[in-house]
Amino acid sequence: MTADPILSVEDVVLGYGSLEVVSGVSLAVGRAELVGLVGGNGSGKSTILRAVSGMITPWRGRIVFDGEPMTAARPHQMARRGLAHVPMGRQLFPNLTVRENLLLGAWLPAARAARDAALARVEALFPELARRAGARAGTLSGGQQQMVAIARALMLGPKLMIMDEPSLGLSPLLVKEVMAAIRRVAETGMPILLVEQNVKQVLAVSHRTYVLENGRLVLDGPSQELAGHPMIRKAYLGL
Amino acid sequence: MTDWVILLQNLANGVLMGGVYALVGVGLTLVFGVMRTINFAHGDFVVLGMYAAVLFNALLGFDPYLSLVIAVPVGFLTGMLVERLVLARIVDAPPESALLATLGISLIIGNAILLTVGGEPRSVQVAYASTTISIGGVHVSMVLLVAGAATVAAIAGLYALLHRTEIGRAIRATAENRLGAELVGIDTRAIHAIVFGLGTMLAVVAGVTLIPLLFATPTNMGAVFTLKAFVVTVLGGLGSVGAAIAGGIVLGVVEVLGASYLASEYREAYGLAAFLLILLFRPEGLFGRTVKRV
Ligand SMILES: Nc1ncnc2c1ncn2[C@@H]1O[C@H](COP(=O)(O)OP(=O)(O)OP(=O)(O)O)[C@@H](O)[C@H]1O
Ligand SMILES: [Mg+2]
Repeated sequence: MTADPILSVEDVVLGYGSLEVVSGVSLAVGRAELVGLVGGNGSGKSTILRAVSGMITPWRGRIVFDGEPMTAARPHQMARRGLAHVPMGRQLFPNLTVRENLLLGAWLPAARAARDAALARVEALFPELARRAGARAGTLSGGQQQMVAIARALMLGPKLMIMDEPSLGLSPLLVKEVMAAIRRVAETGMPILLVEQNVKQVLAVSHRTYVLENGRLVLDGPSQELAGHPMIRKAYLGL
Repeated sequence: MTDWVILLQNLANGVLMGGVYALVGVGLTLVFGVMRTINFAHGDFVVLGMYAAVLFNALLGFDPYLSLVIAVPVGFLTGMLVERLVLARIVDAPPESALLATLGISLIIGNAILLTVGGEPRSVQVAYASTTISIGGVHVSMVLLVAGAATVAAIAGLYALLHRTEIGRAIRATAENRLGAELVGIDTRAIHAIVFGLGTMLAVVAGVTLIPLLFATPTNMGAVFTLKAFVVTVLGGLGSVGAAIAGGIVLGVVEVLGASYLASEYREAYGLAAFLLILLFRPEGLFGRTVKRV
């Protein structure tokens, strides 16, 4: 683990109403790391991401982002601090054009100052989005929409990206494409916390991976090592 | 006058009146599109605009349109304030809460006017009240023409704001997906306040535009305008500026044609009949697609 992480989640307990769904989880993401967070349905992965981006507040424990503890922040305030959340289901603006979706990614003043350069960089990374710039985002294929979601998040010029199941609902071919895109982004030095059910893909692209079960971490380590771990092979890779 | 000229004259009046109805409806549509709340006080803000024009005329001798200089910013700030003080507190409550809250605001406005100004009908006489302009035998009153021009200006301004500015893009984004907007850094609560301010401002502008045409009364009139705004938006298809324009013109033309060829005392009923017919055959509205566009 890294000394000065961009994100550290420290012994966090989370829930909804009176239902506790995350019971004391600690994890960290280094400043140039692609970290996976995997686990079965309902294990609490999305809940952790929601807490990181200020949609819900931890019951206990704390979240430190870029050296400063989070205090009852709201999502737009976390964006201002440099967090880009690529949410589950993409949450695009379907009747706005692809270009408008991307420009909105740089809504905040700091990002808007560098918007043209960011757009050029992002469209170089996703040439298809430049070609479809004028199309309404809702008319794109699922894979392209996921690219828009990632590209829109990049437009913020974030210090950390967190992604919630970007491969959800995509065909195996498109999953590969999206994962390759995420890897390209990570190779630019962007730290990423990647939540996925597709364990095989995550282990293939990430540096380290955490495994969550019923709201508790059961395993973590370098992804290459985990790929050979008997428990992972049995429970997640079906080997 | 030949039948043709009368028809054209009625159509011209109907379209111009419909323009003002569109202006009444467009604010309701904007607020609904972004906040998913039907603002039952919308018509009362229209009435408030009428009384503002009456007041500025009585106190300062302003032409109604000159009173816009004051009424527009005050209307915007009033709307923002109402959103901050009332609606913002119940965003996460079930949707009925917002309906009931706006209904309460409606009652407060109507009765506040009744208490302070009194119940007798008020209007403003403009210098050009009886001027008409003749185009190829069709006579159109100057007051209606000015109202039509004001409407076009207000709606074009709104369209430009929504589609040509950064804040407009953020408003459309918030209407489309509030979570997505919040995640790119848009303070969607601030957007809600701005949108309610804009909706209120548009209602006030519509009121000022109407005062040379109608007498203002405090309590029932607000509900009538809310109903008209609702009819306009649903006629066109809920949720878009273009649809509100179309809905307004349909309502205006139906009312004027009904009043002139059938019995004139049922003027309001023709609009409602058209509303029911369209809902029956095209529940999505004349031009409606989804509920999502602003
Ligand atoms: N808004 C909510 N209100 C109440 N309970 C919720 C809410 N969201 C999630 N939960 C519950 O919290 C638990 C964890 O949900 P979460 O969405 O974090 O799981 P997940 O690991 O992301 O699962 P998946 O892989 O299916 O997305 C589940 O039991 C779920 O039913
Ligand atoms: Mg999830």
